[in-house]
Amino acid sequence: MGVELTHQYTEYRAMEDQEEMEEGVILTDWDIVYHVRDALLSVKTGDRSSYHQLVAVLHHRDRSAPDKVALLLTSLKALSGAVSYINDIDHVSLLQSIFGMSMWNCVPDVMDALLELVICLAASNGKYVDLCLDMLVNNFMPPMESDMLRHPRGQTKKDQVLPRVHTGLEVIVDLVPLAALKLSTTVVQKRPMFFRKDFNMDRLKVRMEIYLKNMLMLEGGAIREFVGNSVLMEVVNMMLELDVAIGWDELLRDDPNKGIFTMELEDEEEEADDDGQANDVELPSTLTLRNLGKNVTADLLDSLMIQLFEHLEACADKKRLSEVFETLLSSFLATILNTYKSKFSQEECCSYLFICLCVQFAIFYACALDPENCGVKFAQTLGDMFISNGNPPVTRMSAVAYLASYLARGKFLSTAFVVNMLKRLVDWCLRYCEEQDRDMNPKAHQAFYSACQGIMYVLCFHMKSIMNVPTLKSQLLLMPIEPILRHKLGPLEVCLPSIVNEFLKQAKAAHLFTISKAFIFEDLLESDLSRDFGGLERLDMFFPFDPCLLKRCDRGFIRPNFIYWNHVKTTYDDDEEDSSEEDIADDFGVVNEENFMEEGIARSFDRDIDLDEFDFVMNKMSITPKNTSGFHFGGERMPSKIRPSTSPESM
Amino acid sequence: MEGLTKSDANLTVYVHPSQSKNVDKAILRELSSLLFKYSQAFDGVVLAYSVDPQDNCAKILSGVHPYFGVRLRANLLIFSPKPNMLLEGKIVKITRGSIHCIVLGFSSAIITDENIRNELKYKAKHGEGVYVSRYHKRHVIKVGAVIRFVVKSLDEEILHISGSLIPANTGSVHWLDKYFVDAATESNKEAKTEEEMEMQEQIIVGTETLPSVNDHKVKKSKKRRRAEDQ
Repeated sequence: MGVELTHQYTEYRAMEDQEEMEEGVILTDWDIVYHVRDALLSVKTGDRSSYHQLVAVLHHRDRSAPDKVALLLTSLKALSGAVSYINDIDHVSLLQSIFGMSMWNCVPDVMDALLELVICLAASNGKYVDLCLDMLVNNFMPPMESDMLRHPRGQTKKDQVLPRVHTGLEVIVDLVPLAALKLSTTVVQKRPMFFRKDFNMDRLKVRMEIYLKNMLMLEGGAIREFVGNSVLMEVVNMMLELDVAIGWDELLRDDPNKGIFTMELEDEEEEADDDGQANDVELPSTLTLRNLGKNVTADLLDSLMIQLFEHLEACADKKRLSEVFETLLSSFLATILNTYKSKFSQEECCSYLFICLCVQFAIFYACALDPENCGVKFAQTLGDMFISNGNPPVTRMSAVAYLASYLARGKFLSTAFVVNMLKRLVDWCLRYCEEQDRDMNPKAHQAFYSACQGIMYVLCFHMKSIMNVPTLKSQLLLMPIEPILRHKLGPLEVCLPSIVNEFLKQAKAAHLFTISKAFIFEDLLESDLSRDFGGLERLDMFFPFDPCLLKRCDRGFIRPNFIYWNHVKTTYDDDEEDSSEEDIADDFGVVNEENFMEEGIARSFDRDIDLDEFDFVMNKMSITPKNTSGFHFGGERMPSKIRPSTSPESM
Repeated sequence: MEGLTKSDANLTVYVHPSQSKNVDKAILRELSSLLFKYSQAFDGVVLAYSVDPQDNCAKILSGVHPYFGVRLRANLLIFSPKPNMLLEGKIVKITRGSIHCIVLGFSSAIITDENIRNELKYKAKHGEGVYVSRYHKRHVIKVGAVIRFVVKSLDEEILHISGSLIPANTGSVHWLDKYFVDAATESNKEAKTEEEMEMQEQIIVGTETLPSVNDHKVKKSKKRRRAEDQ
């Protein structure tokens, strides 16, 4: 369509030129500029006819008539030469018409002319800078009423408009450097907001996706030096908002008397799955995931996260990941680190306890792309945050929970690095023990108990691999873990029993130290003491890097870099290996789960592996206790996928 | 270049109690917020500062949040362009209707064609616009060059300057420094020869008579042009 128009328009122009030649009337561009200048100046003298004609040209909606298009183009070009004669008192309607135009409705020639005019306006007078930036940022998305992005034509249009808009912004920033400051604010203000009750969710989704694309284009573009940071921070905020808005409550609150599994089974029976095939009877945890997949918010967040991941990959290719990572990290520290509250502080707090955010996986993936720099820096920053006395206890606990979860789950981290970080935590705990000569008090020593729990959690995942390397083994054996755990503060009694149990089991098998004290909480997931130290936010059960709930993100990006509990070899595996593997196979119908690992699980979509089944196994094998049937919270049994793994499974 | 001043200021910075852990950082952050923004208090834009705390004691401002006021002495570099000041800027764009330049790397300035003296004529060379003097062929204004211009007005919000190239002492800095000598300053110097004085007056008054220095070169170029025309 656009191509056709251009073609027609070129022909028309040629014809027009020829006619003019024949008639002997030759107007140069500059003559037209003078004409427009006169029209603009004549407004002051009261003669508005030429001015009104000019405004009318800009309002022609019929973009298919070549003569109208030619007139529009000529007028725009002439206006570019006369911008210094435009003022915001006499020419309000002209300015409104210019700034109301959308490039998405124009042919490429007109787009160029409009862009040039906007650039000239921005450079001509400080008053117009804001309006010009607003106009260009509005062009990040097609007009509100338009559905063009659903058609192939819309995609072509997108490829025509977006590069022009970004070039325009870059030129304006070159000409008016301080416009960069305004641009950051404009981009933040113009961001489409997410309303769960939006009447046209599909359109909102498309608009948010394309807006994110633009934000990332700005972040990767020539003016990233000025706007990159604030734009990236806004990207994270946008995702965080979505993440918090995911309708978990709808999933869980539908009918308090109905079990979650029953409800999901019904839903699944009604609808076909992602591939368009009818569902067979599925097992509960898979269904939970599917149900989440159909959640519009989660789906939107999933696709936005994928865009961000791809952007991070592009940054890594251009060797500028560390630059982006700095911003991500500060954004993480400023917002994400403490955002669990928004979920946990809900009225029915128990129902929400187990929901982790998904946004933190952006930083996880950045670390996976560059483990030596970003990966190490992330862990060290969290370590510093925890150790620094200046931070409030809640932040410190959150930091150590993130650190422990990150060290446990990051497949890309070397065992030696994990041991180093553990040593740092152990040293801090030892110093703390030496300073404190008091008895157990979960509320007063929250940070200490979190650190102990973190250490044990990491060791549950890594003890075997540490023991396999003699130097690391000796380092671990030299760590004063035993005196810490045996201290009067009683961390073994306060931390989550499930983690303590698994840790003790592995420590015993590895001969890490002797355990004389018997613990009686075999089947408990948590104790009152752990609840106490976790506080209202339940930081005792906060493991942020539990498997990612966003399906496409997880499969495409996170899974290859992620350690699942069922792939962890425990120190007692050797003794029970045969029986336990058989159990798994029997229980879940998996023939040889190790093969998944060897073949490179996540990116090999072409292989005939039923990923949903795989999800299920992953999930089932996470460290959630087997005895889930006896485990109730808030009167509802939680689907295991939503529930973060809270304790190592007793194998 | 005019418009830059240094000033000593006695300031009181009010620090939020949450920043009390690191007051130095809080002060620097507060002062940094002044940078590159027009401030009415200073009647200009703060470009740089150095601080010297005056007192170890701070005054507590009673209220819901007990802000504390730290008194300090700051040395500020202020940019305050005023009408008729001479500024210098680097040219970023030239069109038939305007010259755009950036002053001190952050403030944009525009000189529209009605504010460009007739002596300077627009030409498109190799697809790029330049302004060339009709009388001094070496006086060329092109993208990347630095020009000196007179301030006409200033948009304080975005620090957008509207300038003028009407006065004779404006134009390309490169050319002005080499060939243009201000009569007002130089006339005091007694050591000047009459010949030189005459030449400068010609340049400043400027327009009709050609200066003796460039005389024969200009003529040469005219000859050349005639030869080309023929």
